[in-house]
Amino acid sequence: MKLAKVAVFVLCLIPLAWILSRAYRGDLGANPIETITHATGDWTIRILVATLAITPLRRLLNRPQLIRFRRMLGLFAFFYGCLHFLTYIWLDKFFDLHEIVKDVSKRPFITAGFAGFIAMLPLAVTSTAGWIRRLGGKRWRRLHQLVYFSACAGVVHYYWLVKSDIRLPVLYALIFAALFSVRAVYALRSRSMPPRAGAAVRNRA
Amino acid sequence: MRPSEITPKAVYVTRRRLLAAGLPLVAGWSAFADTPLAPASKSPYSTTEKVTPLKDVASYNNFYEFGTDKSDPARNAKNFRTRPWTITVEGAVAKPRVFDIDAILKLAPLEERIYRHRCVEGWSIVVPWTGFPLNVLLKQVEPLSNAKYVAFQSLYDPKQMPQGKYAGIPLPYVEGLRMDEAMHPLAILCVGMYGEVLPNQDGAPVRLVMPWKYGFKSIKSIAKIRLVENQPPTTWNLANAREYGFYSNVNPEVDHPRWSQASERRLGEFSKRKTLKFNGYEKEVASLYSGMDLRKYY
Repeated sequence: MKLAKVAVFVLCLIPLAWILSRAYRGDLGANPIETITHATGDWTIRILVATLAITPLRRLLNRPQLIRFRRMLGLFAFFYGCLHFLTYIWLDKFFDLHEIVKDVSKRPFITAGFAGFIAMLPLAVTSTAGWIRRLGGKRWRRLHQLVYFSACAGVVHYYWLVKSDIRLPVLYALIFAALFSVRAVYALRSRSMPPRAGAAVRNRA
Repeated sequence: MRPSEITPKAVYVTRRRLLAAGLPLVAGWSAFADTPLAPASKSPYSTTEKVTPLKDVASYNNFYEFGTDKSDPARNAKNFRTRPWTITVEGAVAKPRVFDIDAILKLAPLEERIYRHRCVEGWSIVVPWTGFPLNVLLKQVEPLSNAKYVAFQSLYDPKQMPQGKYAGIPLPYVEGLRMDEAMHPLAILCVGMYGEVLPNQDGAPVRLVMPWKYGFKSIKSIAKIRLVENQPPTTWNLANAREYGFYSNVNPEVDHPRWSQASERRLGEFSKRKTLKFNGYEKEVASLYSGMDLRKYY
């Protein structure tokens, strides 16, 4: 299991390594800053999909041990989100706070992306075992439901950004909808049924 | 002519077959074309700014018929057939005519025009285009007095452009200009760039270049031109009227609803630069729009 965790960790670093190696080789295309912005944004939403797929997969595949990867994946989604945000404030806005504030308030797609990113902050901070203890499982879980908001905001950000070809943002919307539906079905079932052994495992996790 | 000068049939048939087979190859090749073009004269309209590398201009394209990612057209337009090619010029004209592309190439002496080119998305390039003023072609067909606008249409061949169905915009691509804009000496029909034949992904075999307007007005791979009395529909305006107007003059003071147009990133530069009104061609073209509210007519 330990080895698997290391493998996933390394896997999650490959996109960054890929971007860096392309940058080093001067192979980021005609508009390198746009390439970096898109790549970091793409990987934020992709890893967010992976993070949110963990819980449904645990149940569908009956592999509760998958939970071990969830925090790491969530933190990597946040990590790529940070890189994406940093690319924006540095390479696009050159730390011009006035411009950034104007952008966030005036441009709906920036507003959505910004809100989705900000919502990830408390989740990253409270991702440690210490914080789970301090908040208590129930409150911690409630707080971490913010990730649904981030996912939706991310999709809206993407959808509002594209000019006409909406295939990819719609695809992400459908994936998230499917993942949320699986959760909803399980939530409804566990509410209408007395707790089972499986539910106990869930609560411990 | 002496009989000996007549090319034997076997020879010319083979030659034609070779040409037919070879032309797509040449076209495909033209990603970084070194197909020579007739020498072009320098123009006083050229800017002295640093020219963007050909590699960037030929690999970063918005040409949705060939895919919506900027790297798609260079890949997907490789085998686009640009011969045979005709442009139909019709409508409110005394002499409607179908021009063969080779006739177009000989219509006027070719000029090199080094223009700034600003995309509505916020990036810009400096390109040495080769072409001649659009008004040369228009004068050939003798516009009638009721010709108030010029409507352009790109070729749309779903067989050669299978990615077009995902473009998210109505195709064939159409564009339009007011007559005085079309007659302006800065408006050119372009057949080449960097001294070579226009690469397919940049709009071969012939495109429009309107340096004071956002890039999408400079319609590519033109198949039809029609002179009309009323303002013609334009593709991006049909797709999203709130975001893209008929005029679409470069204007740092009028933002796109989703992003600012105040600055731009020149490809190859790290910092952004301020966008100039009419893309820096204010002196030449501002008079076309005197008295017009450019916020209303964006």
